[in-house]
Amino acid sequence: MSATAPEHYLAEFTRVEAILPGRRLPWLTRARKEALAHFAQAGFPTLRQEDWKYTNVAALERNRFAVSPQHPDDALNAAVSVQIEMLALPDTHLLVFVNGRHQPQWSHLGALPSGVTLTSLAAALEREPERLEDLICRRAHNYPSGFAALNAAFMADGAYIRLAAGAALENPIHLLFLATEPGLVTHPRNVVIAEEGSRVAIVEHHAGTNGLTYSTNTLTDIIAARDAQVEHHKLQQESLKAFHIAGVNVDQQHGSRFASSSFALGGELARVDINVGLNAERTECTLNGLYMTGGRQHVDHHTRIDHTKPHGKSREFYKGILTGASRAVFNGKVVVHPDAQQTDANQSNRNLLLSENAEVDTKPQLEIYADDVKCSHGATVGQLDADQIYYLRSRGVDDISARALLTFAFAKDVVERLSLAPLRSRLEKLLLGQLPEQVKELL
Amino acid sequence: MLEIRNLHATVDDKPILRGINLTVKAGEVHAIMGPNGSGKSTLAHVLAGRDRYIVTDGEVRYDALNLLDMPPEERARAGIFLAFQYPVEIPGVSNVYLLKAALNAIRKHRGEPALDAMDFLALVKDKLKLMGMDPSLLYRSVNEGFSGGEKKRNEILQMAVLEPRLAILDETDSGLDIDALKIVANGIETMRSPERAIVLVTHYQRLLNYIVPDQVHVMAQGRIVMSGGRELALELESRGYAWIETQAATQAEAAP
Repeated sequence: MSATAPEHYLAEFTRVEAILPGRRLPWLTRARKEALAHFAQAGFPTLRQEDWKYTNVAALERNRFAVSPQHPDDALNAAVSVQIEMLALPDTHLLVFVNGRHQPQWSHLGALPSGVTLTSLAAALEREPERLEDLICRRAHNYPSGFAALNAAFMADGAYIRLAAGAALENPIHLLFLATEPGLVTHPRNVVIAEEGSRVAIVEHHAGTNGLTYSTNTLTDIIAARDAQVEHHKLQQESLKAFHIAGVNVDQQHGSRFASSSFALGGELARVDINVGLNAERTECTLNGLYMTGGRQHVDHHTRIDHTKPHGKSREFYKGILTGASRAVFNGKVVVHPDAQQTDANQSNRNLLLSENAEVDTKPQLEIYADDVKCSHGATVGQLDADQIYYLRSRGVDDISARALLTFAFAKDVVERLSLAPLRSRLEKLLLGQLPEQVKELL
Repeated sequence: MLEIRNLHATVDDKPILRGINLTVKAGEVHAIMGPNGSGKSTLAHVLAGRDRYIVTDGEVRYDALNLLDMPPEERARAGIFLAFQYPVEIPGVSNVYLLKAALNAIRKHRGEPALDAMDFLALVKDKLKLMGMDPSLLYRSVNEGFSGGEKKRNEILQMAVLEPRLAILDETDSGLDIDALKIVANGIETMRSPERAIVLVTHYQRLLNYIVPDQVHVMAQGRIVMSGGRELALELESRGYAWIETQAATQAEAAP
């Protein structure tokens, strides 16, 4: 009999336990074991769970992924450096991970001002574990799903970013996670601590060799202290046969501002959970997203914004473009707690269904327990506008090009909201690259 | 250049055009007038190829081409241009993209190379000046947030850049104040040439004060019920359309 999924991951833990980072830290070993026990009991989420009712992870569960690379030296390959060069964004502080492990030889941290720490999680667990203990342990006993528990048990590396009070980074940090080994699951854990009045922008970029089946189960924790400004942008370009499970958790303090975006382009099955806690007064957050799916891809975004204190402001704007027999899920929850008077929240999700077999399940949710608030939300699902297509055709643009141009315009709307120039131009290129040749010739 | 014979068309199964006959030669300017609901705009869109409008009978020849067999983009590439009564807003597609894509599609069809960026911009800026439009408009989304007058000017700008052989202008004068009307009329007048035909669809005759047509046709109930020269437009202005409707009803009864 083959092992069940929990049995497989328990055995994997025994195999790699001794080589996981931070093994000398008793609190961490305890946290890992508790997380593993939680997973052994809970297992992978099922369709019976409300938060997973549209996303079936059975295909992921059937795989018996290894939790550490079988060929760690592959990361040193010249071919890998070519891939990295193509993916690296210009004018950034680049931190590269291949198959889940930090690769100093491919990273270009550049000059960092004083007060900025940018290193790998493994290194941070050696150097300043006391700053991580509270953050990592506070999650224990409260895993939203088996995936979060698995990440807590197996986290092997990731980025550690800390900005001391008042520190500011002008150029963005580019965290590039590249997968080149089939049959592997990585568990990156990123930690961002932006202390009072600091400022940082981060691009979390996941990519993989196309055609490979592997899995990424990543978690990013962000703390934005008083008056800090943090941007976190996620670019997901995994292999079309890969699984991608991601979580982003944000804790915002007084006067802080947080901007997030999620661009989901790759993966056979992708699920992103973004949770933002506006945990003090006068905080602001913006969540933007764009998912573009085709074939049999399945992409699920679950976002949650908790307004817990007065004078908070949140803006959410997600768009989706679906072709083929692909499926997308958008579940956006905004909760305005009783204390959160004068909350200003707006949420929108728009979807373009370009084929008969594509399907989107969109569910904007607004829960309001305060009385003096300004909140709105809306969702649309539609096709391209027939009048717009006709207008373009009446000017000589053929039907296919007209549709491609209008689809491009629909997507570009989200990209244009990015303030980070290197990421914006990368995404514009990616979108332009998807246009049929006949359209490129016209432009 | 354009030969319309016994054209019948329906919209949502409702007959709108009921036997249109019209011949337009190169170099001519024709005005098509008529009350609301007479089928003027439908005729314009049937010529441009809108698929909501179903042709149930008749034929349209454009030079040697059977126009009704061609999709809208092929008609445009063959030199037909429709200035819309209600120009469509296209958020996210800038005017400069649209102009470039349209011009290059037409040039490609003619076997000409795409214009390089410099020549293209020089051409467009020239036409912008003609229409009294600000160059910054090029980088705004097509018609998005434009006033009614700006949209109409933008249509004529496109026409000036694309230089069609047959221009059909659907109520381009409606909703324009007198200054905008003069600019638009001037834009149209400069397009007048021996190789080009222009069809002006209009409810009022005031545009015809600036552009003197060679022929005026009056439509009612899906047919051309009267044709004449410039003086017909003036007569309509003083007498209104009511008597035309009466006449059309009589003709309809007489028709088989």
